[in-house]
Amino acid sequence: MNLKPETLARIDEVIPHYPSKRSATLPLLHLIQEDVGYIPPEAIEWVAARLELQPINVYEVVTFYPMFRQKPIGRRHIKVCRTLSCALLGAYKTCEAFESAFGVRRGEVSADGEVTVDFVECLASCGTAPVVMIDDALHEKVDVARAQELSAQIRREAAARS
Amino acid sequence: MPAPAQRRIIFQHIDEPGYTNDLACYLRHGGYSSLRKAVARKPEELIDEVKKSGLRGRGGAGFPCGVKWGLVDRKSGKPIYLVVNADESEPGTFKDRYIIHQDPHQLIEGIMITCFANNVKQAYIYIRGEFPEGARILEKAIAEARAGGFVGPNILGTGYGCEIYVHRGAGAYICGEETGLIESLEGKRPYPRIKPPYFPAVLGLYQCPTIVNNVETLCHVKTIVDIGGEAYSKIGTPNNTGTRILCVSGHVQRPGYYEYEVGKITLGELLNEVCGGPLPGRRFKAVIPGGSSAKILRFGERFKGKRKIGNDLVDYDWGVEDVPMDFDCLAMIGTMGGSGGVIVMDDSVDIVAALANINEFYAHESCGQCTPCREGSLWMKKISARMVHGEARTEDGALLKSVADQIAGRTICAFGEACSWPTQSFLAKFGDEFKAYPESRKSAAAPAVPLA
Repeated sequence: MNLKPETLARIDEVIPHYPSKRSATLPLLHLIQEDVGYIPPEAIEWVAARLELQPINVYEVVTFYPMFRQKPIGRRHIKVCRTLSCALLGAYKTCEAFESAFGVRRGEVSADGEVTVDFVECLASCGTAPVVMIDDALHEKVDVARAQELSAQIRREAAARS
Repeated sequence: MPAPAQRRIIFQHIDEPGYTNDLACYLRHGGYSSLRKAVARKPEELIDEVKKSGLRGRGGAGFPCGVKWGLVDRKSGKPIYLVVNADESEPGTFKDRYIIHQDPHQLIEGIMITCFANNVKQAYIYIRGEFPEGARILEKAIAEARAGGFVGPNILGTGYGCEIYVHRGAGAYICGEETGLIESLEGKRPYPRIKPPYFPAVLGLYQCPTIVNNVETLCHVKTIVDIGGEAYSKIGTPNNTGTRILCVSGHVQRPGYYEYEVGKITLGELLNEVCGGPLPGRRFKAVIPGGSSAKILRFGERFKGKRKIGNDLVDYDWGVEDVPMDFDCLAMIGTMGGSGGVIVMDDSVDIVAALANINEFYAHESCGQCTPCREGSLWMKKISARMVHGEARTEDGALLKSVADQIAGRTICAFGEACSWPTQSFLAKFGDEFKAYPESRKSAAAPAVPLA
């Protein structure tokens, strides 16, 4: 495990927040996923050792919570809300627009490794449906046209980086 | 008659131009004056104020907050914890998001008053994983409050100390269930605990007495201490005191959040006047009044019975539009106020597809601990999805109902009810559409707005 010094510092800081080390399981997994991009198998062993747990105690947490992933994803993560209020305002079409913009199906990484498109459950912004999270940023009222704009923006940002 | 005016107490500063989420702005607007008042009083008096206020929890169950605090085991010698439920995940609900993002100090003040009143030395805010920005804002606000002497070892020079930490969830709806949330905070899978014996007030976090309160509820506590429980109890209607934030989404002209005195506005006034009515050329078909678990109402149905007003029993005969938006009236007509999320569907909606959408949510979110819920939610999803995408049969509605009827009451937590109520109520209210579905689907064009 090669974690960044900042990540290690934040891990040291968060563990004493709890009277029981085990409580730091979710915070540590979040920090590692933010650093590495996903939870590799050695991270499970590492967290278990750090918190004096058995690896199964960490593994069962990783496999339960939808936000933890055991495989790398695209550089950008597009999460389209699928639940009723967003669906009523066209979320399925919004998701399709992202899929066709990047030539992927939901749950897949695009061939160039740039994006992963996912359908997720309620993002708690039902009044501005349909909503989409791109990485940590919430985008509201994302109809098909807006999805196409956001896709073009992601492409421009990718081009600027290379 | 025009709809009554909003009464913004909790959302007083939400979307106000120039209002920022930092401490300086909060202090300019009188922030932390309620905490100052609180720490000058005895903790028991504060609990009494909350009891007098009649405040009912805003997270979904509507349980009286003062009673909840009264159940806390104060003799065990163990520390008492406060856990703030900021896991806002009931579909249709989006009120806590705005408090956290735009007015985090209001929440922190409510937390600190609650902690002082209940002799809590450690509070955790359990915030859903999908609010990364919200978590950062709260952490920054707590750091500011700590620097200002409102949080930490010696609050406002009283010698009383209390710490708050933010704990992020990771995308699981079941963490909104208070004992599931506690398990999650302990670093485990969020499998809800069986009650008895694991009532949080006695055996909660780390097997210590624990209070779990919703974000909005704690903001109301701040107001109660500010104006007094007696004065607060005069806002709203008897047994349904205070204001509540109603979140409207779906097929209305002006979706959004609106704060009203509880019970002072009807569903019809809310949807037709406040939210501008149906979309052009459309009519309302159905509404789910309290988050997606709440039972659906069909426009055109009527509710009759007797209800208590003061000491009198009074007849009521309501259409959907006439129902006052309070805990008791919504319960009386067989649904619930729940978390305040109102989801509106117009006559363009394929009701079977809408149920398939909801069933997919519950199948995804069942924690899997209890067989009736894990299997039942999955089969309800499979059956309703097959009706929409594959072959639909006239007997499918009855089959769906038979699955739903075998879940409720047979599970550790209320998720069993939450996942079966949509199917049961959709079938009870729209059974005709389910029966006709095999035929109606044949002639229907591909939906412009697919729901499943």
